[in-house]
Amino acid sequence: MENYKISFVINSRKKELEVPANMTLLEMLREKLGLTGTKCGCGGGECGACTVIMNNKAVNSCLVLAPEVDDSEIFTVEGLAQGRELDVIQEAFVENSALQCGYCTPGMIMSAKALLTKNPNPTDEEIREGISGNLCRCTGYEKIVEAIKCAAEKMRG
Amino acid sequence: MKVVGKSVKRIDGISKVTGEAKYVGDMKFEGMLYVKIKRSPFPHAKILKLDTSKAESLSGVEAVITGRDFPNTTGLYMADRTVFAIDKVRYIGDAVAAVAAESEAIAEKALELIEVEYNELPALFDPMESMKKDAPLIHDKLHEYDHAVFIHPVPHTNISEHFKLRKGNVDEGFEKTDFIFVDEFSVPMVHHVPLETHVCIAKMNLDGQLEVLSSCQSPFAVRQMLGHIFDIPLNKVTVKVNNIGGGFGAKAGLQIEPMVVALAKTIPGRSIRLEYTREEEFQCAVNRQGLRSRYKTGVRKDGKIIAQEITYIWDAGAYNDYGVNISKTAGYSCSGPYDIENVKADSYCVYTNHPVGCAYRGFGMCEIHWGIEQHLDIIAEKIGISPAEIRTINGLKDGSLTVTSEKVENVGYVDCVKRVKELLEMDKKEIPTKPYKLRGKGMAGGYKGPSTPPAAASTAIIYLLEDGTFNLQISCTDIGQGSHTALAQIAAEELSVDFEKIHVNVPNTDYTPYEWQTVGSRTTYSTGNAVIRAARDVKKQLLNYAAQDLQIAIEELFIEDGIIYSKKDPNIKKSITEYALGLIYSDGSGVGGPIIGRGIFIPKGITNLDLETGQGRPVNHWTFGAHGAEVEVDLETGEVDVIKMIAVFDVGRVINPATCEGQVVGAVIQGVGTALMEEMILKDGKLLNPSFVDYKIPTAKDCPKIITEFVETPLKDGPYGARGVGEPAMIPAAPAIANAVYDATGVRITSMPITAEKVLKALKEKKGSE
Repeated sequence: MENYKISFVINSRKKELEVPANMTLLEMLREKLGLTGTKCGCGGGECGACTVIMNNKAVNSCLVLAPEVDDSEIFTVEGLAQGRELDVIQEAFVENSALQCGYCTPGMIMSAKALLTKNPNPTDEEIREGISGNLCRCTGYEKIVEAIKCAAEKMRG
Repeated sequence: MKVVGKSVKRIDGISKVTGEAKYVGDMKFEGMLYVKIKRSPFPHAKILKLDTSKAESLSGVEAVITGRDFPNTTGLYMADRTVFAIDKVRYIGDAVAAVAAESEAIAEKALELIEVEYNELPALFDPMESMKKDAPLIHDKLHEYDHAVFIHPVPHTNISEHFKLRKGNVDEGFEKTDFIFVDEFSVPMVHHVPLETHVCIAKMNLDGQLEVLSSCQSPFAVRQMLGHIFDIPLNKVTVKVNNIGGGFGAKAGLQIEPMVVALAKTIPGRSIRLEYTREEEFQCAVNRQGLRSRYKTGVRKDGKIIAQEITYIWDAGAYNDYGVNISKTAGYSCSGPYDIENVKADSYCVYTNHPVGCAYRGFGMCEIHWGIEQHLDIIAEKIGISPAEIRTINGLKDGSLTVTSEKVENVGYVDCVKRVKELLEMDKKEIPTKPYKLRGKGMAGGYKGPSTPPAAASTAIIYLLEDGTFNLQISCTDIGQGSHTALAQIAAEELSVDFEKIHVNVPNTDYTPYEWQTVGSRTTYSTGNAVIRAARDVKKQLLNYAAQDLQIAIEELFIEDGIIYSKKDPNIKKSITEYALGLIYSDGSGVGGPIIGRGIFIPKGITNLDLETGQGRPVNHWTFGAHGAEVEVDLETGEVDVIKMIAVFDVGRVINPATCEGQVVGAVIQGVGTALMEEMILKDGKLLNPSFVDYKIPTAKDCPKIITEFVETPLKDGPYGARGVGEPAMIPAAPAIANAVYDATGVRITSMPITAEKVLKALKEKKGSE
């Protein structure tokens, strides 16, 4: 298998790697970079547990090939908090009890982040649309929607 | 109450939102080997030949194992399974061999090199067919299997459990009634769909200690059964559980662990890892078993039910370790939360060549209430009373007798029904949003108790640390329900300290104390009671030291906010930290030692039920509740849109409103999923929809408005009165929706799920017959 040399920015840090052609971004994050906050729920782009932000867009990292990441900027859940200071969205998830088993949570938060970056004042409908690619089996989504609404409010100040 | 009843933040919140929380699949170990499982392509077949030699010689393969290497059977309730199938396979996906290799890709390649020759056997996919006398036997050694004393397999049949319930005299009862109704219902197999698939890592250390890291609900049950299968003393087995990405029953008991441990035993010193793919999870992990139900009910004109005859036939799949107990639970809960004088029920757990059934949120209750609650609405309409009335007339109340003749007290069921009726405004007709749509409302009730063996025990240990903070050790697992947070609240309340002072340890069978299982919505109740007892033990020890130290009688002392006070003179006080390591005198000498509180709990008064009649007290408590549903049905497409769900449950006492509400909302949506869209579509035993594209679960866009409310009728022996709620809150959702669909359209969908196709077909048939 041919290897590709790629350089990219991950969670605001420059990084260079050699990756095989068939490696996914999800595998690269988890296996090569040890960023296991991003989860694999299906491996087929159906559940959203592996959502990360790539060039300001939420993507299923299991559907992106690692070589495509060359020259890109990636944010994962590990890139949100500054030390112990949580991102507003993370804070809102904790405050609103918007998580249970936690397995979908990183992906859900990254989708929320991408949504709020693009649309700082979303309606309930837009929030539900924004996270409709992220499956959660535990919460029934209600508290997640509330948390994203709270975060949006706080971000608008 | 200082901590109980407050929405304190979840103790696992920060680790989960930052990605710091580690799940088993996130763990990496030096030299770790990856496992893939060779599975049967046939639903029922004899294994004629199994040749692993080619696979073994593939570079990168460390071991290939088969069933013959591990012949011991095991099970919690019915030991009908070996680690791998030995002589024959019983469902598509049955494991026949396993490979451990340096990578998943190599292991996958090795699977192709394993040669298996099968001789196909006639397969059974319908439990009604399986029950027939001349049906081929799926387990011909059923009569030899070990099973729990309260399970009654029928030898030389495919019936792994026949639970009989006989209360009063149904024949006489039917004679006293004005109307008799007969209805049948069905529920398909559905899947748990935890977002994290089954995953386990095991290592047999060179010194003989087996270490198992598993995404499992019940580390002690796993330890016990692994010890049994592999003949390892239990003190040589360590099971650790950290975060679990959802369970819903799929990770109860023993699941994939034996296959991993079998390889770990074969290759000592190496970490062995197995993680199911999503497709494997759908087809080969466990599911919620299917049900056919039949009710014959005799009712008086005034709405009082006098007699009921019930048959439950469970499609429990190829192995029934859990199915037998689900079927039993359905039997002793057969009529729902109603007081009926004469009841006869037979609940049969039946082997088929379908995938394996298991515990699933509700443990049989969602499935039986699908029929019970629709049947009630049918009866109510025919005799001219409202859904709320029939439930109020017949609902269990204080002093009522259940179907097992258990006298119940502190029952809030009728209150829940009343509140649902009010919140849903049952009598008010709503206008549909479109001319081609119809709108309707429906309600359903339900009940459930923790279905455990009578003496299922819980324990807790609390250590007082030198600075007045505490470590709480428990071995129930937090699969998302928030139990660790609730138990820390209970500990803080009982110890009278701030919530932040309690740290909850991660379950590890080497250090944290025994817990039977994390199932049955029993944790807050059972482990909660153990935590209270451990906290009281801590307080007792502290007061003992203080009494000696201050020369004041124990009865004259009390503890508040970490300070021990004299009741008579508030100026006499001591911080608990002073006694954390024992009673130390001014000359430096000491007596006693560190404070370690111990709490143990077994619920009182539950016994095995009578073999012939099923009478007795089966569970330590019941949780009651009701749902209301408002739906809109599209007459052109048959599509059902759930607009609003009401959930009112009597939880005894809310320990944490936010997490309690979270449990209810999550349960309602899981109920909406099963009501409208979820079904394992099986053709000749093959699952046709093993992906999220074809097996839909609700997304954020599929969710109705949900109103939750709690009734709090304290349970006498519950911690602060609390009852379990995680499962009960799912039970009435599907029948409430079905009843609402009927209210809207006049068509009744008796087979779950209520798909657009079924509704459209029923609407057409109705139109045709009018």
